[in-house]
Amino acid sequence: MKRAIVIAAALVFGGLLINAIVDLPSSPVNLRIAVADNMAKSGVSHPVTAVLLNFRGYDTLLEIAVLLLALIGLMAAGPMLPPPPNQPADAMLQKLARIATPPVIVVGGYLLWAGAFRPGGAFQAGAVLAAAMVLLHLSGLLSAWNAQLLPLARRVILVGGFVLFLCVSVALLAAGSLLQYPPEQAGLLILLIESGLTLSLAAILAGLFLFLSRDNGGAP
Amino acid sequence: MVEPVTFVVWLIVLPLAWAAAAFVTGERIGAWLGVVGSAIQTFLVVWMVATWHVAVPVIHRVGGWGAPLGIDLTVDGLALAMLLLTQVVSLPLTIYARSYFSEDASKSRHFWPLAGFLITGLNALFVSADLFNIYVTLEIVGLSAVSLVAIGGGKAQISAALRYLFATLIGSGAYLLGVALIYGAFGSVSLATLIPLVGSNPPQAFALAGLLMLFGLMLKTALFPFHYWLPPAHGGAAAPVSALLSALVVKASFYLTLRLWTELFASIADDIAWIPALLGAGAILWGSWRAIQAIRIKMLIAYSTVAQLGYLFLVFPLLPGQDAIRATVMQACAHGAAKAAMFAAAGVLIKATGQDTMAGLAGMTGRLPLTLFAFGLAGMTLMGLPPSSGFLAKWQLIEAGMARDLWIIPVVALAGGLLTAVYIFRILSFAFLLSPSSVKIATVPRVQEWTAFALAAGSVLLGLRGVELMALLPGQVP
Amino acid sequence: MSSELLFAVVGALIFTLGVAGTILVANLLRRILAFNLMGSGAFLVLVGLAQRGGESDPVPHAMVLTGIVVAVAATALALALLRKQHEVKDSEEELTEIDDG
Repeated sequence: MKRAIVIAAALVFGGLLINAIVDLPSSPVNLRIAVADNMAKSGVSHPVTAVLLNFRGYDTLLEIAVLLLALIGLMAAGPMLPPPPNQPADAMLQKLARIATPPVIVVGGYLLWAGAFRPGGAFQAGAVLAAAMVLLHLSGLLSAWNAQLLPLARRVILVGGFVLFLCVSVALLAAGSLLQYPPEQAGLLILLIESGLTLSLAAILAGLFLFLSRDNGGAP
Repeated sequence: MVEPVTFVVWLIVLPLAWAAAAFVTGERIGAWLGVVGSAIQTFLVVWMVATWHVAVPVIHRVGGWGAPLGIDLTVDGLALAMLLLTQVVSLPLTIYARSYFSEDASKSRHFWPLAGFLITGLNALFVSADLFNIYVTLEIVGLSAVSLVAIGGGKAQISAALRYLFATLIGSGAYLLGVALIYGAFGSVSLATLIPLVGSNPPQAFALAGLLMLFGLMLKTALFPFHYWLPPAHGGAAAPVSALLSALVVKASFYLTLRLWTELFASIADDIAWIPALLGAGAILWGSWRAIQAIRIKMLIAYSTVAQLGYLFLVFPLLPGQDAIRATVMQACAHGAAKAAMFAAAGVLIKATGQDTMAGLAGMTGRLPLTLFAFGLAGMTLMGLPPSSGFLAKWQLIEAGMARDLWIIPVVALAGGLLTAVYIFRILSFAFLLSPSSVKIATVPRVQEWTAFALAAGSVLLGLRGVELMALLPGQVP
Repeated sequence: MSSELLFAVVGALIFTLGVAGTILVANLLRRILAFNLMGSGAFLVLVGLAQRGGESDPVPHAMVLTGIVVAVAATALALALLRKQHEVKDSEEELTEIDDG
């Protein structure tokens, strides 16, 4: 009975939604033009990167905070059960992982640099690097992380990119407002921020997996 | 001469900084950073209040671009009042939490970064003038609140956190779809740009977006009947966490409901204003009823939150009148201070008696007089007894209702006050009237008792200085 | 209905599926998937509406990128809590009623 009501309500809602979308007139404000007009001052040549790191960089700053805090929440939920006894790792898989990792790192670096003029940037690069770390873990070459005993170096890397972003934003406060890049140095500053973010994002995204895994890798 | 406007940026940047630092340095330094950071933030917000000019809202254009291309931070009287509430309530709570978690390093290690992110999210939310940015701040607040509930990893906390997470994600998802529709309809998500564009005949998607966003926000504020996630989360979390959640987190989504209702969706608001009022009345009655039945201390306080949130929504048919907004801000601040005090006091009592039922409070009046006094003062504010701020809030609400001949609102408010008295006196009676037992109680550091008392005294004294708080908001001060 | 709006309409359908899923589905893991559907539907609406004028508008693209990261963070937290609950309860069961005392 409840099922029928919910499905009926969902159909009605879906219908209203589709009707509303189809009926939409063209929008009064056209931000595409505003973005195009300001591209020269933004420091990058790809419009989406310009919006993400410059025009709406404040959103990006807060979104890194969201990711970081989800990681901390994950760590806070408490220690997971101790890892099961070691299983022997597959030799072929390990070989593949070893061969694959260096090209993946290069791809990540390329994505970071390419973000200025084509789709790419810190998030994509960080995700690719994190994927390499997860592959290494799954093939037994990288052990899981322990939320209770996280070494200082790893903690610094996790927050480092975010802190760098925050410091640059605040330093620019002297020029006028938060995150107000001077047009000549905008490109360089954005690249600097994105590099820091790539490392941190790789660590955070990998951490989201590695903190939950109970596998000790191939380590004795 | 430093413009007070830049302080709003520091209110967002500082907690981010100490949250990140607390994560790296660990619990001992992290706690110290939290307290010092909160103190500096409180100082900044008080300075902002002292130099405030009512007529002109202050705008900070992030990146220098200005809306609709960039994101604007806007501080007006309402935002400033909420910022003041957040800093003033979180400062004693950080001091309380530092002592509360001092024996348990594993819990406090993660409390401090999460609390820092929570405060950042709240501050950023109150001043954001961009609908999508508001979505990101809502997620910061929601995810940090859920994580704080989960600290410690006990069965009850994890289940409560998971339930809370699902509720908050549904709310965020609905809100996000609303933002998508609004962008599709108007081409911008900046409030300042949108408000003039909403003419007399907005597209159908606008009304649908309004309903979606308001529904999402009401779910996050635990308005009856969407309150199901609140009692387990607030009742099961550690005392400082419950205090932060009940006092501040639910006020954030309420603030957004209020703002969007009066500014962006004013055209559709009048037709549906009876809905939140009806649900608010339901919240008062149902929440009070469950509080009266509660056996565990923190469950009583959590259900009391459900009931008190009803008062905030009762005022909706009276909007957008200035007197109604002042009444609701006063209620939000009164409840914030009182509820924080109550949870803090409950935390002391639970630690001292080693159990969390009301029956176990027998004879506590003699053993922990300061804490019981704090609990009583907080209860006074919730009941609406003079001269507390709760009384002032109810008085303003009743006056606003009578001015528009909506008699049902004062009636419900007064009935709620009576019901509140029932459960407040019930829990106090356990402590005062029953004979003292010979059970040994654990010693609780005095600083915890004193911070609870400070919050409770503040909620009462606010009633005496209510005029100054109301002076922040536009309109005639009676 | 023009072909430009196809993405937005499909996004609306996916969102509706996701909402129905969150309410109806009992298994918590699938409920998390339903939330992801909701989010993806909303993103598709945003991006679909962004390109109906012919040239695509970069601002919604950036918003969706931000939204995806936020969704990933929320999903990770949900999965961690689900995992922990599974450990604590030691069996595959749903959320039980919390004792309201």
